[in-house]
Amino acid sequence: MSTHANLERRRQAIYGWLLLSPALVLLSAFAFYPSIATLWTSLFSRGTRRRPVEYVGFENYSDLFADPTFWLVVKNNLMYAGVTIPVSMGIALAMALWANGKIRARGFVRTAYFTPTVLPMIAAANLWLFFYTPGLGVLDQIGSVFGLPSVNWLGQPETALWAIIIVTIWKEAGFFMIFYLAALQTIPEELKEAADIEGASRWTYTRRIVLPLLMPTTLFIAVNALINSVKLIDHLFILTKGGPSDASKLLLYYIWEMAFAFFDAPSAAAMTVMVIVVLAIIAAIKFSYLDKRTHYQ
Amino acid sequence: MKSLTNFMDSFGAILLAIIWIAPLLFAFWAATHSTSDAVNLNLLSPWTLENFRVAWAGAPWLKYFLNTFMLVTIILIGQFFLTTLAGFAFAQLTFRGKDFVFILVLMQLFILPEVLIVENYAMVSRLGLFDTILGVGMPYMASAFGIFLMRQAFKGVPIELHEAARIEGCGLLGILWRVYVPLAKPTYLAYALVSVSTHWNNFLWPLIVTNSPDTRPLTVGLSIFGAPENGVDISIISAATMMSVAPLLIAFLIFQRQFVQAFLRAGIK
Repeated sequence: MSTHANLERRRQAIYGWLLLSPALVLLSAFAFYPSIATLWTSLFSRGTRRRPVEYVGFENYSDLFADPTFWLVVKNNLMYAGVTIPVSMGIALAMALWANGKIRARGFVRTAYFTPTVLPMIAAANLWLFFYTPGLGVLDQIGSVFGLPSVNWLGQPETALWAIIIVTIWKEAGFFMIFYLAALQTIPEELKEAADIEGASRWTYTRRIVLPLLMPTTLFIAVNALINSVKLIDHLFILTKGGPSDASKLLLYYIWEMAFAFFDAPSAAAMTVMVIVVLAIIAAIKFSYLDKRTHYQ
Repeated sequence: MKSLTNFMDSFGAILLAIIWIAPLLFAFWAATHSTSDAVNLNLLSPWTLENFRVAWAGAPWLKYFLNTFMLVTIILIGQFFLTTLAGFAFAQLTFRGKDFVFILVLMQLFILPEVLIVENYAMVSRLGLFDTILGVGMPYMASAFGIFLMRQAFKGVPIELHEAARIEGCGLLGILWRVYVPLAKPTYLAYALVSVSTHWNNFLWPLIVTNSPDTRPLTVGLSIFGAPENGVDISIISAATMMSVAPLLIAFLIFQRQFVQAFLRAGIK
């Protein structure tokens, strides 16, 4: 009997590793190995024809820390995250509350909110180009009706990042709405009735009952939004290319530029390592802390 | 009072909906009118398909469409194959080291392929896959997200069905194929919709790995077509944009409910 159990256990182990192996090979080639290789590359100098590649320790990192452009890009990305995350989540919540309520034209409203989600970021950027173009763009046309001067939204450092932020919010909010909408539909009808009997105002009901019940969803969306604030940079290629004078440059775009425009792989690697560390911290917080704390229903 | 708040709600919701859909409507307007009429928002100006004709002639769109189609298909086949096997191993088999490997896989949820572009580019070149559609698709096939999703789906299958199939003399792979896969159909559908719409829209990685019209997907083709160096005007860019989003947009409008369900199923589980 025990040999039979042993045999079964061994059979399961062999099958288990066999079934996992194709996925593990690809994950090793395109996730694990590249992560380690990035760390490795970041510790070596950039080889030139005259000077071969050599170990430089943390020099690439200290060079980055001494580079004002790097700090500007970090500041831009923090701003990008700090504005897009709360604003798109707030709009998503409002959209969900409306799309879940008894309003007119609900089908149209839901579709309109969600549609930007299915468009490629590149296409979204092209659509917004028509809004932002100075002189010809829709925003300038509207402004000229009120006698406002023409503004080059994408071409001046004060507004370029904001123009980028608005496109991201437009793209994200409808996607996040879906998750709020699903969560709202699980809130029992009786809670609303009880609140009505108690004479609670709609504001009180929303703030004291709905928002706490949406807490797990809010955290789930927040983690997604945080990751997106690193990932969503495609529109930079169309709208600003990070300019003018780096005013709208974001980290991933800067990594791309370092590696594929300036051919400075070690600096790109050092920046990648820092981004991975930040993402790993988010992951650790998510898995260890949030998953335990938020499911209290 | 109550009807007033109702009215205000409807008003706010519809106003926001109009603002949200406006960029798309303006692009549609610009695509179907001559540039000067589009820019002046001349509401009485005649409609035209001329922009679409010019845009279509300006780049190998058919090739781009086919490339994108090939790309999403290859990725989806690879994902289905790899995530089914790995998801099953994680869900139904017990062996030493499983939990450790599972945590490694979950880490890939956060270390995005997008962040590793430099080393992945080196890897793809080493494998001789630079400027091939397979090279664009490969890093996405062993998706941690997909593995996680399939594991959850397979965990929900009652163990009695597994046992029954085994007593009937079915091998492990037979059980996977005849019992688990059919029961996970809704999850496959949801995953397919999310995967196709993600990779149809993907840009940065294909931009890096492709270098010719023979492999370039739509998004990269569109960005090159619209580049300011090419001096294409706004109506023609709008026409090209409408063209390239049309298939996914039309599919979305038809299968809206399934799309929304798919994103939910993929996100919440």
